Parts: sequence; structure tokens; C-alpha cells
Amino acid sequence: MTDERRKWHERLQVTLWTLIVPPTVWAVHFLFSYLWAAVSCAKAGVFAEFPTLFVIGTVLALMAIALSGWIAHRQTRQRGDPPPHEQGTDIDRLRFLAKSTLLLAGLSFVGVLFTALPVVFIGDCR
Amino acid sequence: MAGKSLVLWSLVLTGCNAHQSALAPFGLEARSTLWLTIVLAAGGLVIALGVAAIYVVAARAPEGKLTHESGMRLVLWLGAVVPTVVLTALLIWALPAMRPLPAADSDLRIRVEGEQFWWRVTYRQDGAEPLLSANEIRLPVDRTVVFELTATDVVHSFWIPGLAGKMDMIPGRTNRLVVKAEKPGTYRGVCAEFCGLSHALMAFDVIAMEPAAFDAWLAEARVRPVGQPRERGAALFAREGCGSCHSVNGEQTARIGPDLTRYGERLTLGAGILAPTAADTAAFIRDPQRFKPGARMPAYDHLPQEEALALAHWLKRNGKPKTPEARP
Ligand code: HEC
Ligand SMILES: [Cu+2]
Repeated sequence: MTDERRKWHERLQVTLWTLIVPPTVWAVHFLFSYLWAAVSCAKAGVFAEFPTLFVIGTVLALMAIALSGWIAHRQTRQRGDPPPHEQGTDIDRLRFLAKSTLLLAGLSFVGVLFTALPVVFIGDCR
Repeated sequence: MAGKSLVLWSLVLTGCNAHQSALAPFGLEARSTLWLTIVLAAGGLVIALGVAAIYVVAARAPEGKLTHESGMRLVLWLGAVVPTVVLTALLIWALPAMRPLPAADSDLRIRVEGEQFWWRVTYRQDGAEPLLSANEIRLPVDRTVVFELTATDVVHSFWIPGLAGKMDMIPGRTNRLVVKAEKPGTYRGVCAEFCGLSHALMAFDVIAMEPAAFDAWLAEARVRPVGQPRERGAALFAREGCGSCHSVNGEQTARIGPDLTRYGERLTLGAGILAPTAADTAAFIRDPQRFKPGARMPAYDHLPQEEALALAHWLKRNGKPKTPEARP
């Protein structure tokens, strides 16, 4: 019993982590992009034009999201009973969280790209 | 073809207000914004019709025809992949349009100051002496023009719908708006930020001219007219102290009211609200509040009608129009 529960906890923790990682990365990237532009405009008076740091940050964010998406994808593929995976069992719950993470990772990936595009295309503080 | 359909659209949508409408563009930015609007509206219509069609098909499909899997595939494609691609395409198309046009130092700069309830206009170029004007903006087509926008009292907003988006005029700040007119003609701009009693009566004429005609006009306007102090109007103007607020003869010293140096060439009176006839000009001088509540010009109702008319006639002789193609 105790053994069972520990395993259950462990698994849930892992998937909950991967669940919030993509949107969190997206949020941080979003915040950083806007603060970066605002601070640069207010303090330096010029738009931070496509700085290397921004490119690195964006690539890192995309990689982190892709990685958690990939992990999630692996977990949806865990062996178990045949579909539909809609039972209240541990393995089905895990599959559900993993699938949600995968979808969130897709959304966050596009979100980060959409946040980065204006930085590339708008070169002015106005 | 594309140009023709755009014109057609504009005609259908603007009715008879083609001189002040974002749907009848005469400038680069307004034109690309109109295209974006048309594409978005048409796209929205297509999506709405498409969803309705899918709904009908799904509702009428025979039992067992639709599978869970094909439904999920539909959601994946029409719900995720296609919107992502469409939104990305729209972003890549629209974002560069938000980028301000590039401007060189040698480009014409037109400084416009919003006042309750009129516009002070100053043309500057290449270190030449600035030219003061009011309530009317002339600009050359096919050239980049930089508007430097500010205000002296409250926040106003500068908007020429057919030319470009609007831009706030904020006291103590200068906002830049870079534009490029494309089609000569007579248009109209307005104040787009509530600024007091006569906010709705604060407009201006916009005259887009062929570059050569514009250069000729600017050169001619820069030549300071020789005053005719012996005329009766000039004497009245001096006697009544109009010169403490208005400049005539291009002195540019009195700046409290609109510059009246080239008043005779104006298309409107009182910042776009009246025809500049002698009769209306005289009526305005005797009682500005009647036409513009809250206007910052005292009423000269003690002036006999005959003297007000003499003043009006004299003002209207200033800077007679020499560019007939600009007349509507
Ligand atoms: C206290 C300053 C002041 C004095 C003195 C003054 N005006 Fe004005 N005048 C203004 C202001 C401000 C406006 C702009 C009103 C508006 O449109 O809101 C104006 C507008 C006008 C206009 C319309 C200008 C345009 O661009 O359409 C005319 C014409 C005019 N004044 C003539 C006169 C005459 C003639 C006198 C003397 C009899 C006179 N003004 C005295 C401040 C003054
Ligand atoms: Cu205003």
C-alpha cells in the first residue's frame, strides 16, 4: 500500500511538472520580451534591435518547450491497456496529463513564436 | 485589377464622404490598412460560412457515417493547424505595416500644434526659414513627409483618415508620424480626442499636391507679402488689436490665434467648419462663440457690420489662391 502510493506520487509530480513547464516558459519569455523592449525604449531611447541575447533566449525557450513536449509524448505512449484511456486508473491519469502537456507545449511553442515576431518586425519605440 | 476593385470597394463603402474616410485612402498607410481590413472581413465571412456549412453537414450526416477519429482529425486541422498558419501569415503581413516609414533628415517636416480649437502649422525644410500657417495642411504626393505633433493646452489627436492612422498630440511631447500621400486631391482631417466644448468643430483641410506644384506653392508662400498698411482693413486690424493674436504679412510674431497671412487661399474658416466667405468671416469676427462655443477669440460685436466686412475683405485678399488645381 505505502509502496503503491509513493509510486503514484512520484509519477504525478513528474507529469504535473511537465504540464506547467511549457506555459511557464512561454510566460517568462513573454514578460522578458516586453520588459526588454520597454526598458530599452525608456532608458536607452532606442528599440533593442534583434539583440543576440533575445535570439538565444527565444531559442532556449523553444527548446525547453519542445523538450517537455517530447517527454510528454513519450509518456502518452506508455504501455498499458488498450484505448480508450478514460478510466480512473493511475496509468490513464498519467496518460491524460501527458496528453495535456503535449497540447500545452504545442500552444506554448506557437505562443513564443508569436511573441517573438513583433520584436523582429517592429524596429521602433513608437 | 486589384486597384480597380479597391476603388470600387471604396466607392461602395464611402458613399459621398470620400474626402474624409479611411475607406477612401489617398496615402500609403491608409491603403495598406484598408487592404488588411478587407481581407480580415472577407476571411471572417468565409470562416463563419464554413463553420455553418460543416455544422449542416454534420447534423445531416446519416447515423454511423461520422467517426470519432475523423472528428478529432477535423479538430486538429481546422482547430489548430489552419488557425496557426493563418495567424502566422497575418502577423507576418501586418507587422511590417506597423513599422513606421523611414524618414530622412532632408524630408519635409510639418509641425502641427493642437490648440483649443484650431491647428497651428509650421513647415520646415533643410534649414530654410520656417513657414507659419493654420488650419490647413498642404503636402506633396509621392514624398515622405514627417509630421511633428504636439499640443499646447490639452491632449488632442491628429487624424487624417484617408492618409494614415491617428496620433495623439500631447502637451510637452512631440510625436512623429511619417506619411506618404499617393493621390493628389482635397481631403479633411479631424481632432480625434475630446478636447473641450468645440472639439467636434476642430477640423482642417488637407491638400495633397503634385510635388512640382507643392514646391512652387512653398517657394511662393515663403516670400513675405508686402503689407498694405494704407488700406482700411489694415487700419482696422491695427485699431482693434487683432495683431496681438494674429499674424498677417508673414511676420510670425503673434501666435495666439491662427496665422492669417494667406487667409485668402483657405478652403474653410474656423478650422474646417465654415466657408471662408466675406460674410461668414465678418460674422465670425463679430461673434466667434456663435459658431464655436469656447473659442479663444473675443467677440468683436461692437464693430459695425460694415467695418467687420471691410476687415473680412481685406483678410481675404491675403495670399490669393494661385494653384487652381487644388481648389475643390
Ligand atoms: C485674444 C486673441 C485674439 C484676438 C485679439 C483676435 N483673435 Fe481672431 N482668433 C483667435 C483664436 C484663438 C482663433 C481660433 C478660434 C478657433 O477656431 O477655435 C481666432 C480665429 C480667427 C479667424 C478664423 C481663422 C481661421 O483660420 O479660420 C479670423 C478670420 C479671425 N480670428 C480674425 C480676427 C480679427 C479680424 C480680429 C480683430 C478684430 C481678431 N481675430 C482678434 C484669437 C484672437
Ligand atoms: Cu482637439
